Amino acid sequence: MLQALSYDLAHLIGATVLMAGFGLLYQRRLFAVLNTFSFQALALAAAAAWQAHVQHAPHLYFTAGIALVFKAMIVPFALHWLVERLGIHRTVETALSIGWTMIIGVALVALSILLVLPVTAKAAALTRESLALAMSVVLLGMLMMITRRNAVTQVVGFMALENGLILAAVSAKGMPLVVEISVAFSVLVAMTLFGIFFFRIRERFDSLDLNYIETFRGDRQ
Amino acid sequence: MTAILWQLVQVVLALATAPLVTGYVRFVKARLNGRRGPSVLQPYRDLYRLVQKEAVVAHSASWIFHAAPYVVFASAWLAACLIPTFTTNIFLAPAADLIALVALLAVGRFWLALAGMDVGTAFGGIGASREMLIASLAEPAMLMVTFSLSLVSGTTQPAQIIAFVLGGNVGIEVSLGLALAAMVMVAIAENGRIPIDNPSTHLELTMVHEAMVLEYSGRHLAMIEAAAMVKLTLYMALIACLFAPWGMAQPGADFPAIAIGMASFMLKLFVLASGLALFETAIAKMRVFRYADFLGGALLLGLLATIFLYVSEAV
Repeated sequence: MLQALSYDLAHLIGATVLMAGFGLLYQRRLFAVLNTFSFQALALAAAAAWQAHVQHAPHLYFTAGIALVFKAMIVPFALHWLVERLGIHRTVETALSIGWTMIIGVALVALSILLVLPVTAKAAALTRESLALAMSVVLLGMLMMITRRNAVTQVVGFMALENGLILAAVSAKGMPLVVEISVAFSVLVAMTLFGIFFFRIRERFDSLDLNYIETFRGDRQ
Repeated sequence: MTAILWQLVQVVLALATAPLVTGYVRFVKARLNGRRGPSVLQPYRDLYRLVQKEAVVAHSASWIFHAAPYVVFASAWLAACLIPTFTTNIFLAPAADLIALVALLAVGRFWLALAGMDVGTAFGGIGASREMLIASLAEPAMLMVTFSLSLVSGTTQPAQIIAFVLGGNVGIEVSLGLALAAMVMVAIAENGRIPIDNPSTHLELTMVHEAMVLEYSGRHLAMIEAAAMVKLTLYMALIACLFAPWGMAQPGADFPAIAIGMASFMLKLFVLASGLALFETAIAKMRVFRYADFLGGALLLGLLATIFLYVSEAV
């Protein structure tokens, strides 16, 4: 009974992370996107902490702490500051309408379930459901990167993808801490790099719209 | 025998609590806005005043305009009587079916839209067309929620769903959480609450419900206002009974159990109404062109709820 409850709660938190992924696709304003991302990271921290409690794996508390401090606080705050500094907080740019993006998102969730079910035929229902959830979060992050033109939202999409990876990592038993630290720090490094890039892009092209770079590169005539 | 008695109690309860819930929501919103706000009992007084007044009807109005308020009110009231609130032991419980409930609400909506167009004013027409836009998206979402609930419990009757949930057969399911989110979004849209429609406006081009009932006055308006209040309470009762049925009395329960059921129902209404007031204060109204995104989101959540059911079912 208690076991079932702990599984159910883990899945519920996982679903919250997934819902935040859909929230990211739904939001159009940059600040709203950042707030939603912060919420997703918060849910991820809760998921990691709950797994740490259930699996009696104290090192997962550390993962939860990393998610809480870096992803839910420092990264969104930094991006917030960046957006304000660049004065692009009113930009609304989507390559695809929100409705279509959401429909594709649901299709991706269905796809990840269809993929996970045959692969994990022998695994327990617990692993199967959380793997399906995590994979959906990863795919939604990719979709976010594809459907947004703005560099900031693309970075958020990339970090949402990382959230999905960490969700998969904490759900599977016995993942060593080293990997998680490296993942977390790679995100931090990526953010710093992206920050520098933003300024560079802006200096060169006076905009964060990546379409300009594409024409510059010669992709579009 | 007791079933008939409790049904009668519920018939009265559905009508008597509805203005109170609306008044409470308005009161909390006023307080959150920093105003004193009217008394919680104000909607009762408003309805009483409207009933006393003469109904002024436009020259161009047909019989549809006269009949619509009664049909709208009757369908909302009947729907509110079908949903178990404090006990599942009510006379109409076997007739209550989620799909029938959706249809019943659609009848009321259909007549309201007809009445909006009947007089031939521009506002009525624009309100009716928007109402239908919202309905065409909210209804499938509501049906998706119904499907996922009935896939879990094997029935579409609220009384049996409650018995199934209270029997401890359902854990915390991901799909139920998704269905709850979809249901809340549908309820907000169907009742014309803030991100979709502002219930307290009469002077905006974005109004939906108020635009349709702009021509009504006197007892007709009282009927329509009462129907809207009953509908709001109905959706709260529906969310409470489907997703948080705890405390509800089962068939064969004695009087203390009924009292507990009644108290828990009032508590649930209190929590939901407070939550609604808080949400409406915190959020801004949405552009008309974004309705499709919002309600499409509800539909997709309902769809996801059904999809995830298959993941956890396929053990």
